[in-house]
Amino acid sequence: MRIVRLIGITWWLQLKMRSRSAFDGLLSLLWPLFFATTIFLMFRQGNAAGPAMLSAAVGAAVMGIWSATSTTAAFALQMERRQGTLELLVAAPTSFALLIVPLTLSMATIGAYSMIATLLWGRFVFGIHITVDDPAMFVVSVAVTVIAIGMLGFLIAIASVRYRTAWALGSALEMPVWLICGLVVAVSSLPAWVRPISWMLAPTWGMAAIRDSAQGGGNPLAGLAMCLGLAAVYGLIGWFLARWMVHSARVNATLALS
Amino acid sequence: MKGISFAVERGELFGLLGPNGAGKTTTIKMLITLLLPTSGRAQVLGYDVVKQAREVRRKVGYVFGGDRGLYERLSGLDNLRYFAELYGVAPREQRSRIGELLEMVGLQGRENERVEGYSRGMRQRLHIARGLLHRPEVLFLDEPSIGIDPVGARELRTTVKALVDQGTTVLLTTHYMFEADELCDRIAVIAGGNIVATGTPEDLKKRVSNGTVTEIEVFGLPDGVVPAVQRENGVRSAVVEERGQAQVLIVHAEPGADVTQAVLVQLEGSRVGRLMTREPTLEDAYIELVSAA
Repeated sequence: MRIVRLIGITWWLQLKMRSRSAFDGLLSLLWPLFFATTIFLMFRQGNAAGPAMLSAAVGAAVMGIWSATSTTAAFALQMERRQGTLELLVAAPTSFALLIVPLTLSMATIGAYSMIATLLWGRFVFGIHITVDDPAMFVVSVAVTVIAIGMLGFLIAIASVRYRTAWALGSALEMPVWLICGLVVAVSSLPAWVRPISWMLAPTWGMAAIRDSAQGGGNPLAGLAMCLGLAAVYGLIGWFLARWMVHSARVNATLALS
Repeated sequence: MKGISFAVERGELFGLLGPNGAGKTTTIKMLITLLLPTSGRAQVLGYDVVKQAREVRRKVGYVFGGDRGLYERLSGLDNLRYFAELYGVAPREQRSRIGELLEMVGLQGRENERVEGYSRGMRQRLHIARGLLHRPEVLFLDEPSIGIDPVGARELRTTVKALVDQGTTVLLTTHYMFEADELCDRIAVIAGGNIVATGTPEDLKKRVSNGTVTEIEVFGLPDGVVPAVQRENGVRSAVVEERGQAQVLIVHAEPGADVTQAVLVQLEGSRVGRLMTREPTLEDAYIELVSAA
């Protein structure tokens, strides 16, 4: 119970903190619209219509969620280091991993706005007719994808505890994940050797679940189960990795800037 | 650090003094489990700082000076709520504990403002409140009064004294000697990673009290004067302090020695201002100990 409360409150306060910068807020509002516009124009150029455009909309939305998390997750810990709070987080008696999970979840939550923005942008600017086959499953799929992306962000962020320059990792992984997870093109269109990598990434399954619940057909539950399972695996790996990284940071004195 | 060893009694206010880079903060960070010592052993309240880090973290509080260590975009109250969760303060107790601490540090009525609008003194008081949320048995204060105004610094000293009166053990580092003199039961002076002296402020002062201190204000102290003064008979040490436009030559003399005339001869041709002879202070003791290290 204490863990749930801890995650809930720290998620809420991190969300509050991140939503208070007018500049960051404006970027968060505009960023998904750029993704959506690019994807819609690409698909329209290829004469896509109907389910293909809906798939494009969903893909662009998940791109937004992923980008909001990946680029900021690793950088967030560097920010904690700069403002002198990273040491306080490590010095707390609570497991460090438990403090980072709500931090990256808050980023993914902000990213979730891109789902709504993209669908509305597609509807009113590009005239894409959006019909969701199973709205309840669609909402659940989006929520689970947000959590899974948050957990993947957590895995990326952990390296920044030990390595001061590891914040660049998030930016480096941003675009490869767009491609590998089938957010822009279907995973089946990727070279065969890439697909096993796609299957290990939760956004691939989240995207599949969202797409299936929106378009009907397929089995969104299978995608959801895989997405949740992978999120749990990321959590487990991150837990051990966090212990190792914090230990190494304590040995090498990298928790502070100097 | 080079094999330092010291023990602090329960309820004691222990000071760590030393120049920048001497190892004060490193020592504190090892004791609060933020750094792992490469060798040796340290215990806090009987818990090993390496093997029982979590137990140590539950029992200690850490407050450092300066602007950092707070979430600027959150209010003071939200900062305290956040750290109360992190430090495991029971949910039922959080509200009353935070209210109590806000009152203690004088931030009541300002707690809903964002920290980015706080003055340095207010931030420092918030730091103290944060460090005390979980009622630590040992409080580590790393230069807590740095950059705060004299009134704020006095209030801080009053707060620290009150905590010690309530039974909290405090380990304090500071560059302000009067603060250490006023607060500390005992002091260790660190220089170059070694402890060069330990004792009460009075003990340390006695090390230089058999003799006098002469301060001479000079405008444009020529090169080579300090070593020349140090070679004079009866001079124990000589150092220079910058004070605005002037340099102040501080000369510690051996008991019974009158070195004033000899020092003034060395200063011939220089513009000399005020000259004063006084009893040694903790600062004199500190400077002598650190200079000799």
